[in-house]
Amino acid sequence: MITLDELLEKDRRREEDGFKRKIRIGRIVKPGTGGKEKIIIVPTTVEEKFVHDEIRLEQEPGEGEPTGGTGEGEEGEVIGEQPVRPQEGEEGEEGAGEGPGQGEGGEHELESNAYELGKVLSQDFQLPNLKDKGKKRTLARYIYDLTDKNRGVGQILDKKATLKRIVETNITLGNIPDIDNIDTTKFIISPRDLIYRILSREKDFESQALVFFLRDYSGSMSGKVTQTVVSQHVMLYSWLLYQYEKQVETRFILHDTEAKEVSDFYKYYSYKVAGGTKVATAFKLVNDIVERENLARDYNIYVFHGTDGDDWDKDGKQTIAEIEKILTYVSRIGISIVEHSYVGSKQTEVENYLKSSGILTKHSNLIKMDVLDENADDSRIIQGIKQLIS
Amino acid sequence: MELVSQHVKGIMEECKLRAMDHGLTFDDETLEYIVTNRDMIELSPKVMIPTLYDYWVHDVRVLSGKGMYEAYPSNPFETVINTRPAISFYNDNNPDWLNVMIFYHVLGHIDFFQNNLFYKNTWDIDLTGQALSDKRMIAKLRSEKGRWVDYAIEFSRGIDNLVGYHRELNLNILNESKQPLNRTDFYFDIFLQKIKHISHNDYLKEITRYNEGLHNNGDFFNLVINKYPEFEELYRKELLIKRKTELDIMEYIIRNSPFLKEDENEWMKTVMQIVRNTSLYFQPQIRTKIMNEGWASYWHEYLFMRDDRICGHEVDYAKVNAGVTSMPKVGLNPYALGMRLFQHIKDMEDRDCYSFEYALLKDEIGKKKFNKAKASGADYILKVRENFNDFTFINSFIDQEFMTAHNLFVAGKRFNNARMSIEYYIKSKKAEDYKEMLVDTLYHPPEIFVDLSLTKNGVLYLNHKFESKPLKTDYIENTMIGIEYLWGGPVHLETSEPATPGKTAAAYANFWDPASQQTEEKKPEPVKWKRMLYIMENRKLHKREL
Repeated sequence: MITLDELLEKDRRREEDGFKRKIRIGRIVKPGTGGKEKIIIVPTTVEEKFVHDEIRLEQEPGEGEPTGGTGEGEEGEVIGEQPVRPQEGEEGEEGAGEGPGQGEGGEHELESNAYELGKVLSQDFQLPNLKDKGKKRTLARYIYDLTDKNRGVGQILDKKATLKRIVETNITLGNIPDIDNIDTTKFIISPRDLIYRILSREKDFESQALVFFLRDYSGSMSGKVTQTVVSQHVMLYSWLLYQYEKQVETRFILHDTEAKEVSDFYKYYSYKVAGGTKVATAFKLVNDIVERENLARDYNIYVFHGTDGDDWDKDGKQTIAEIEKILTYVSRIGISIVEHSYVGSKQTEVENYLKSSGILTKHSNLIKMDVLDENADDSRIIQGIKQLIS
Repeated sequence: MELVSQHVKGIMEECKLRAMDHGLTFDDETLEYIVTNRDMIELSPKVMIPTLYDYWVHDVRVLSGKGMYEAYPSNPFETVINTRPAISFYNDNNPDWLNVMIFYHVLGHIDFFQNNLFYKNTWDIDLTGQALSDKRMIAKLRSEKGRWVDYAIEFSRGIDNLVGYHRELNLNILNESKQPLNRTDFYFDIFLQKIKHISHNDYLKEITRYNEGLHNNGDFFNLVINKYPEFEELYRKELLIKRKTELDIMEYIIRNSPFLKEDENEWMKTVMQIVRNTSLYFQPQIRTKIMNEGWASYWHEYLFMRDDRICGHEVDYAKVNAGVTSMPKVGLNPYALGMRLFQHIKDMEDRDCYSFEYALLKDEIGKKKFNKAKASGADYILKVRENFNDFTFINSFIDQEFMTAHNLFVAGKRFNNARMSIEYYIKSKKAEDYKEMLVDTLYHPPEIFVDLSLTKNGVLYLNHKFESKPLKTDYIENTMIGIEYLWGGPVHLETSEPATPGKTAAAYANFWDPASQQTEEKKPEPVKWKRMLYIMENRKLHKREL
């Protein structure tokens, strides 16, 4: 059986042969108890053929695909309903019991699975603009260096330390009668005196980071747009987990006309579309949280927002105001606008007001925007991530 | 993967005897294998054929299948493949009574494979053997040509849903009957319609005249020859014409592609042929899902309920059976639907409800009480399983009686703005609407053919016969890159697209955006379509309006 690596290698070769890549890294996210969601990394691919599109243009707006049903009732009768806004309470008190011991199992599973994805998402990714802030928590990446010393065996002989050691030994043995006139040829050298440098894992201390993921889940987001945004955020999230070994703190915010914080990535990832769109609410919630918990002092803060660019606040006055506020403390805002293909070359509202407000150029180091098509493939999405964290 | 034990095989043989007693017919030999769930995951991308050729997409599916299994383990009872002898796969952890039920179900499938006429083209092929030789062929090519074999497979599979399945089937059945075109058929089907183009009304008049002639023994063609002296001559010529067969896209490319004619590319024809044959083999299966599952479920229920081996396990059976064949409150279950429809057909035929007398009845009570005790239902459903596919099955037999008997309805789904919820409601209880909803779920690839009149100067011109369903635009580019590669020149595709893109989308957005509610009042206009031409040249796709 072929491995994932071999498949990806094969896929790379497609490009050389002049064909598009075909393998996407898919993820199956399985909810677990106590926030221990499990992300399983699987490759997926689509075999393109001429097929009928499943969209039904004749359908009335707001009406879904009909299906079969059985049971009592008359025509027109409502037989059930499903709330579109997720209800936190219904999921049970999952988040509440999250103790340190409980978290570990999930973490381990995630780590081992995210490994493959992490490898794919080249290790060049790095959070931009990291500054030293407080010392509450260290954000460590590991590097390998010849820092540790070892007696007897090792990679490189540390001559100075070895000589010191030999001298010490010989003094102890009384082998050095006159310290002003040392005859090195008389030295007795024990194998244990040889001191080597060995390769060891070192923590590379960096400042701690807090990442906000914001996602528009308004009605207009249904379908591929959401998939693409979620894809990008799953990759970002997996990469953060992989690269920083879950030392980065993450917060998740969903918004339609109201914003709400959800407790874990699974909820963030899986909640379905709801009502209208007010982008400003999400950014406002970020500001509120940061202020309330006084996070700006101790954390490097990153905000990633995914949307289809639709906003009821057409000129973005409120949104820009909130973003300006965030810009005073944030290390990077990354906004991904995933356009519906029907938009065509027209700019979306969010793109429009972001551009016309000039904040993109004024704070070009702090805020980045990536506009992609809803049909973007993985390589495009990864390129988008690079752009957002460049 | 190993054969079932002698004990289990004994159970199977016993089941066969009882199934045959009730009219099922199938070959004596069958093979039953025990497989693990892991085996199943590895088999499913290969449509359960262990000897199917290797291809990386299968590997991708296996890897993702394993991931899926890790997250959501499942435990399929059985899988049957349409081979000779029929092969079926099982889990090894079934108790005997359950095996009896499963075997009846499997025998239903086997009977269906071996009797339904839509499978006719698969009856004389030893698929496992054929697949094995194909697999070796592909492996050999791969050792010579490397990854280019995978491209050839990929591009061939890109058009393997457009194979001329119905034409091949038709050809097979025609060849078998060896009936030359008779004079009457020629007159009505070809002469009047295609040569004379007579009006609908005149055509009906001719049919009436023909039918009258049948009763009075008059010579129908006397008058015809008087009216059209050329008729006999044309008929004679028609008989001489060898039936020219239309080629599907794959065949056309295999025979005519200048690229494949080059010596060093000749091998790709083999690959295309393998992909085409494999696809053809599975066409009937996709088109008889509801029937096939319904038929198997019908028989496992019918036979197991009459089998003494159920004793002591009635409750266990009820539980398993309900899991497989209960009708969901919202949603479709082909097992359940097909099974109930077969039961319904048998009941209707037993009472002789497919008669004029019944059709003429106007009152409900009369209909309910109608019973001629014809008791021919058992034979009737055997005929149905022989001659129908999902489309004709649904279209012919779902009637209002069926809807009422099982409380069926079309479930609609709509967004309720005030309550911020998605409502499920009973949209319709009419048989016609239910049929339409079902038919929409059936497999129906687009009809795309090579337009010979426009295929010239090295351009392959494909024409999509539009059925008010546009093609999925995302897939067009890569599919056409593949065709261009195999064809070795530019490829054009003519298809239809909505003439007013964004309009429905705007209406959709408005629904969520109360700020522009004024436009919501407007009724959505019927979609207008325009013909588009997609042009693939040098791996670049362009399109323009026609």
